[in-house]
Amino acid sequence: MTPLLPKRMIEVEIDGTPVRVFEGQTLLDACRKVGVDTPTLCYGDTLEPKNACRVCVVEVEGARVLAPSCSRKAEAGMKVRTDSDRVRHSRRMVMELLTSSVDLSTTPDAAGYAERYDARPDRYGPAAAPNPDRDRLRAGHHVEPDGDTAATVASALKDDNELYVRDYGKCILCYKCVDACGSQHQNTFAISIAGRGFDARISTEHAIELPESACVYCGNCIQVCPTGALMFRSEHEHRAAGTWDEAAQTVTKTICPYCGVGCNVELHVQHNEIVKVTSPADHDVTRGNLCIKGRFGFQHVQRR
Amino acid sequence: MDLTLTDAPPSEAERDAVDRVLGPPASGWDGGARDSTVDSRIAHGGHHARGRRHELLPALWAVQERAGFISPGALGYICRRLTVPPAEAYGVATFYALLSCEPRPPRVVHVCEDLACRCAGSQDLIAQLEEQVGPEGTLTADGAATWFRSPCLGQCDRAPAAMLTVAGDPATEDVLAPTSAGAVLAVLRGGRAPAPPGVAIPQQGDPSLRLLRRVGIVDPASLDDYRAAGGYQALRNAVSLGPEGVVREVKDARLMGRGGAAFPTGVKWEAVARQSARPHYLICNADESEPGTFKDRAIIEGDPYALVEAMTIAGYATGSEHGFIYLRGEYPAAHHALHHAIAEARSRGLLGADVMGEGFAFDLEIRKGAGAYICGEETAIFNSIEGLRGEPRNKPPFPVTHGVFAKPTAINNVETLVNVLEILSRGGPGYAETGTEASTGTKLFCLSGHVERPGTYEVPFGATLRDLLDLAGGVAGGRPLQTILLGGAAGGFVRPDELDLPLTMEGARAANATLGSGVIMAFDDTVDLPRLLMRIAAFFRSESCGQCVPCRVGTVRQQEAVARLLSGRTRGGVDGELALIAELGQVMRDASICGLGQTASSAIESAITRLGVFSGGAR
Ligand SMILES: Cc1cc2nc3c(=O)[nH]c(=O)nc-3n(C[C@H](O)[C@H](O)[C@H](O)COP(=O)(O)O)c2cc1C
Ligand code: SF4
Ligand code: SF4
Ligand code: SF4
Ligand code: FES
Ligand code: FES
Repeated sequence: MTPLLPKRMIEVEIDGTPVRVFEGQTLLDACRKVGVDTPTLCYGDTLEPKNACRVCVVEVEGARVLAPSCSRKAEAGMKVRTDSDRVRHSRRMVMELLTSSVDLSTTPDAAGYAERYDARPDRYGPAAAPNPDRDRLRAGHHVEPDGDTAATVASALKDDNELYVRDYGKCILCYKCVDACGSQHQNTFAISIAGRGFDARISTEHAIELPESACVYCGNCIQVCPTGALMFRSEHEHRAAGTWDEAAQTVTKTICPYCGVGCNVELHVQHNEIVKVTSPADHDVTRGNLCIKGRFGFQHVQRR
Repeated sequence: MDLTLTDAPPSEAERDAVDRVLGPPASGWDGGARDSTVDSRIAHGGHHARGRRHELLPALWAVQERAGFISPGALGYICRRLTVPPAEAYGVATFYALLSCEPRPPRVVHVCEDLACRCAGSQDLIAQLEEQVGPEGTLTADGAATWFRSPCLGQCDRAPAAMLTVAGDPATEDVLAPTSAGAVLAVLRGGRAPAPPGVAIPQQGDPSLRLLRRVGIVDPASLDDYRAAGGYQALRNAVSLGPEGVVREVKDARLMGRGGAAFPTGVKWEAVARQSARPHYLICNADESEPGTFKDRAIIEGDPYALVEAMTIAGYATGSEHGFIYLRGEYPAAHHALHHAIAEARSRGLLGADVMGEGFAFDLEIRKGAGAYICGEETAIFNSIEGLRGEPRNKPPFPVTHGVFAKPTAINNVETLVNVLEILSRGGPGYAETGTEASTGTKLFCLSGHVERPGTYEVPFGATLRDLLDLAGGVAGGRPLQTILLGGAAGGFVRPDELDLPLTMEGARAANATLGSGVIMAFDDTVDLPRLLMRIAAFFRSESCGQCVPCRVGTVRQQEAVARLLSGRTRGGVDGELALIAELGQVMRDASICGLGQTASSAIESAITRLGVFSGGAR
């Protein structure tokens, strides 16, 4: 932990409005401070920004390229445009590229962003047939496309354990699950990015099934996943049956009953059934993290 | 960290290959035999082993070379030795085209399908392989060999090119260039590779040569010959000037980086030298994977001591005691020459703890790339050396403060470094007398495609495109010139009526072009330009690291759009496709993380806007 030194304030300009932020804060922080709503997908407030999706880009006066607001630190005197033609173009294209290649049906903000920036993902053509071999694709090689269909990352659901399912056809490769499983949160390192380019994917070693891997089912990857690619089995089954009803759910904050750490848990309850468990991301001890017991060990309070 | 490893054991050969790189395991904890006297209750591994993470890529290479692919048992053993989680090691191994985690036969031929080789009939060659062996990846009848398509192998001056790798002990790698379908089939059947072609440059013996003057003339293996030809005088001069003096000369020379970005070298060195954080590192970028580029190979194969000496000077000036040469994996002859030169220099006290008895330390290490164009990007090199996936980092922070191992790092191209020898023998101002005001010195250009005498050429900055084309004997067979690709796949096409373009940084910029890595690839009137564009689009799609959306998906959509222009089945007509390509180009330029995405559309867009390639409609 860095020592608590008094921090300097610096001034930047967001769309002509001056705003003072602490040194070390990002342009996204500055945008939020002046109430400029900025789209984000790969950014997560408990993890180091990976700045991979680029939907949050802004135009910094004098810079050759746009800057990812989620990670670019504010510097005194920066003049930032968040709604210039270039910014709108990039945001629209990022949403088109993602929507045309990834199933964003369970990414909460995606449809809104796409509409806001007038994305037209269908202009790339109908979706290509899924590639059954995505887990084994060789770096640097691909089959030449004919352009009649648009390639996607669709792949078979990975349903290999009792607790959660992985649908990487919904994955935007935000790296958050990898960072959460690795050095930033869980230190288990069960998953990584494998392959390269469009064929990159989240994978265990040799794509072995989760029960054979190092995974300890803490579910911290599910907590940070912004797309629903990682999903509680209970949620997945409800959705498949058409019975998932967020409007009917209540969220109860309580304390995990298992050990003395006392992690906060949020029980998502639908019709008297716990359908998933999250943990408050803004809690300074747990930062959204739990272990397998707090995350999945709720069967004893209900009969399933 | 607790590693969870699968039960698959490594084979004896795999274990031996890894142990030769990492040394034998110290105890049962890191994969050795259990021994109750050392293994008792003390855990080994931990910090010490994790500090060796940077040996991951060399260890993966060792297995690849011995066994032909990296099995789960071998990967697990490497992970145990280095305390690397297997998922991460798998992520690293699957990043590189020359490493395979899927079973592969021992003999593999990588056949170049890139731009220059197309001019030399590689498409026919590949068609014959497809007919006689089967599509890429098909095993030969005896199951012992296969072939794959490859991006540019950096042998465009002797196209068409292929590279044969044979796993074993020792493993061998041989470049076949120029080659033919018959020759490739022969090595696939188990034949030996023909002797490699010697180093030759078209201007050999020309007294005006500077950087290339020894290439092809002085024995690249002999340190004595190098010294007799003026070698190591520059280092003596450097030592008498002192580190700041060297930086001053380089600044006075106004040397600009030759790796593509044209950054002033003296400024970079000064910034690194001034950092208080220690240690400092020096890296030579010899990844040279831009299609059409092979100049650095000419230097390393033909004059390896020059690079060793230049790096020693750079290390001295920047206060770096350790230098890495990140050499692309497809350059076996260069690797061999450099390896030998480093060993010789070390044995004569020209590298090591007390260089030339002058009281400073400097040593060099070669790191072998594994088939990834992106690993020429400077921050991707850092990650690759550290044993991570070769993904570019976000900038800032910049390499001069946070480079490899998060330490101050000077990274330069091979050609940039070798220029320093000239600067120290002529003096900075004397060096700057050559060339133009803004582009000083001489420049290497890689001429290939349809030219009479392809090869690496050296001219003072200021020569025109026409001068270079004339030097190379003009268009092969005297055919009409259709276009020139200037600067590589990340550069752009120019028209035959633009040959008076002065080849300087400022001249290129004014003409809205780039010299890039010095590629000048000529295409005559027979070339099917749309097919070339398809190949360029495929190159970027294959080489994108996949980190950011604009490049990861944009390169795919760009390729699909070009494919539709080829098939004629356009969406929204030709104009619609051209507009789409422009829109994709804009987001890749504006919002990609690194230079790969930022330039992934430049050649294609230049063909559209400058050559009007589809103005007559789709094909
Ligand atoms: C995708 C990509 C590939 C690159 N490949 C190389 C390369 O192979 N060799 C090289 O010297 N520079 C390459 N560069 C440029 C380097 O990032 C860097 O600018 C250069 O090594 C700095 O050295 P210099 O100042 O001596 O030119 C590449 C850049 C990008 C974006
Ligand atoms: S559940 Fe926990 S251990 Fe398993 S992959 Fe997710 S973060 Fe890693
Ligand atoms: S699975 Fe989820 S968290 Fe992981 S990279 Fe994909 S979208 Fe991000
Ligand atoms: S621009 Fe392309 S190569 Fe560069 S970081 Fe992004 S995805 Fe990787
Ligand atoms: S939210 Fe900033 S790059 Fe993804
Ligand atoms: S070696 Fe084939 S194009 Fe360069």
